[in-house]
Amino acid sequence: MSPKTLYDKIWDAHVAHVSDDGTTLLYIDRHLVHEVTSAQAFEGLRIAGRKVHAPDKTIAVPDHNVPTTQGREDPAQMTEESRIQVAALDTNAKEFGVHYYPVSDVRQGIVHIVGPEQGWTLPGMTVVCGDSHTATHGAFGALAHGIGTSEVEHVLATQTLIQQKSKNMKVEITGKLMPGVTAKDITLAVIGETGTGGGTGYVIEYTGEAIRDLSMEGRMTVCNMAIEGGARAGLIAPDQTTYDYVNGRPHAPKGAQWEAALNWWKTLFTDEGAHFDKVVTLKGEDIAPVVTWGTSPEDVLPITGFVPSPSDFTGGKVDAAARSIEYMGLTPGQKLTDIEIDTVFIGSCTNGRIEDFRAVAEVVKGKKIKDGMRAMIVPGSGLVRLQAEEEGLAKIFEDAGFEWRLAGCSMCLAMNPDQLSEGERCASTSNRNFEGRQGYKGRTHLVSPAMAAAAALTGRLTDIRDLI
Amino acid sequence: MEKFEKLTGIAAPMPLVNIDTDMIIPKIFLKSIARTGFGKNLFDEMRFNRDGTEIEDFVLNKPQYRSAEILVAGDNFGCGSSREHAPWAIADFGIKCVVSTSFADIFFNNCFKNGILPIVLPQEQVDLLMKDAEKGANARMTVDLESQEITTSDGEVVAFNVDAFKKHCLLEGLDDIGLTMEKKASVDAFEAQASQARPWV
Repeated sequence: MSPKTLYDKIWDAHVAHVSDDGTTLLYIDRHLVHEVTSAQAFEGLRIAGRKVHAPDKTIAVPDHNVPTTQGREDPAQMTEESRIQVAALDTNAKEFGVHYYPVSDVRQGIVHIVGPEQGWTLPGMTVVCGDSHTATHGAFGALAHGIGTSEVEHVLATQTLIQQKSKNMKVEITGKLMPGVTAKDITLAVIGETGTGGGTGYVIEYTGEAIRDLSMEGRMTVCNMAIEGGARAGLIAPDQTTYDYVNGRPHAPKGAQWEAALNWWKTLFTDEGAHFDKVVTLKGEDIAPVVTWGTSPEDVLPITGFVPSPSDFTGGKVDAAARSIEYMGLTPGQKLTDIEIDTVFIGSCTNGRIEDFRAVAEVVKGKKIKDGMRAMIVPGSGLVRLQAEEEGLAKIFEDAGFEWRLAGCSMCLAMNPDQLSEGERCASTSNRNFEGRQGYKGRTHLVSPAMAAAAALTGRLTDIRDLI
Repeated sequence: MEKFEKLTGIAAPMPLVNIDTDMIIPKIFLKSIARTGFGKNLFDEMRFNRDGTEIEDFVLNKPQYRSAEILVAGDNFGCGSSREHAPWAIADFGIKCVVSTSFADIFFNNCFKNGILPIVLPQEQVDLLMKDAEKGANARMTVDLESQEITTSDGEVVAFNVDAFKKHCLLEGLDDIGLTMEKKASVDAFEAQASQARPWV
């Protein structure tokens, strides 16, 4: 048998039907659902008189619209439209009998944090969700990607997805990371290297010592942004770190089933000699703490860098860079560490897990954020919030001057009350710096949690290595 | 789904690279639970000032492109989120075909589910079509899905590739779910076998 990649193996284990032209029906093990991209899909089922094929494999949670402030049960905290959208999910989840974590449930949170936390996401699975950051679940060695609403309806009705196989791409991060460098810096550095279209048509497998050394939280951060590099999915082969994270979670297998699952999971790696269509290698030692200067996640530079000039680029990127620099209110040649920040957002499916918050606490413990700074920390789930409170992190944040919020997507995409105002400039641990992403005319610099914490203290983009 | 067979119409040039889904339809407009009505907010922040007045130099506000049915766009069109509201807004505005050197994967798939034909061409040919689009309303292109050809206003013909299954679905306006339901026996058999092999799923 010819050697296979990890992607090949998961794909092969889920092919339910192949047509003569190669079009494949891929069986879906887990379907995660949130309120923004599902209402029209459930409505489609209703109109056609269809049921959800596998409600036991379907998990719904509201996250994008929900406010993150205390007292959010009060409907007045949401706009009428948000209220309708969340209410529609509530109705649909109950009517179609899928697993559901409503806003009132302590387990509620961002769908990509809740799935792994509850043990819904397991190695070797196929996982989809009407959200591009579904790539997050690839950290478990699960083939996970975002789908549109028509595909959400297709999966609800049939538990399959019509797919063409992607190509295989390997991203290897060799060696060790230097102090102050995190999973977020790895994933941004890779996008800086490949561009936002570099992964288009591929499924990426992240390998190498620096990846193996990451915790599950860190691996989720890396895979989360595979989509920002254009890839359909990101994958990391499961290992002892993965098994230790999964073991004992509410929906993880137990007893004999655990043993059987483990036996299969241990076969989920890329065979020696398997073919990759594209390979990118970065040295862990070469990766610096990075920051984005523009309005595309590929606009990445080490924090020691300078705002580029449009003339540094070629082709269509010249105009795009000029537009970005103007939108961001920057000057070519400006030192990145001279850029002043008025808002800090820490959270999102990229960096809203316990490890991220421990990193922040380490930086801000016993210190105060800069006067006038608006800084918020938003846990990825109610359980992350509880754990951070138990570990004393919440107290550290509040003492330093951060707002400590309830779980949700919050200012990552600003569909809820958490938004930037026109011209506000934010150091953000989220995943997209697009124009208007965090609020109309808001300006976003993507950074790691430690770098966001440092910026909150100093009031400007800051090299975390100067504080450690 | 509406069929796509052959289209002759005005093409609007949008050479900017990395046009993302937040530009196509900002998230504040994602709160509807309907599939229609998004066209009025297509490219909202590029197209309108905050007070609702039009930004004059935005391409779709120019008189010659207001009824464009084709977009010729820069690299990596539709990157970002999985929101199908992006193709819903494009279709609702009246655009049925987008040409670029590359598309983001999820956006590309979403187009086909909504009667929109996304066409990938090499840079040189996108440049040619971009020039043709820049001529304005009198220069109409024809996109023929059956023959897989675009004809410029000057009569130049550019051939394009399209996945055979997706082409079939667009030409016939087929419903994916109905097609998959026809393969129910295979899916049921797979499901039974998989639940034996991996009972923990």
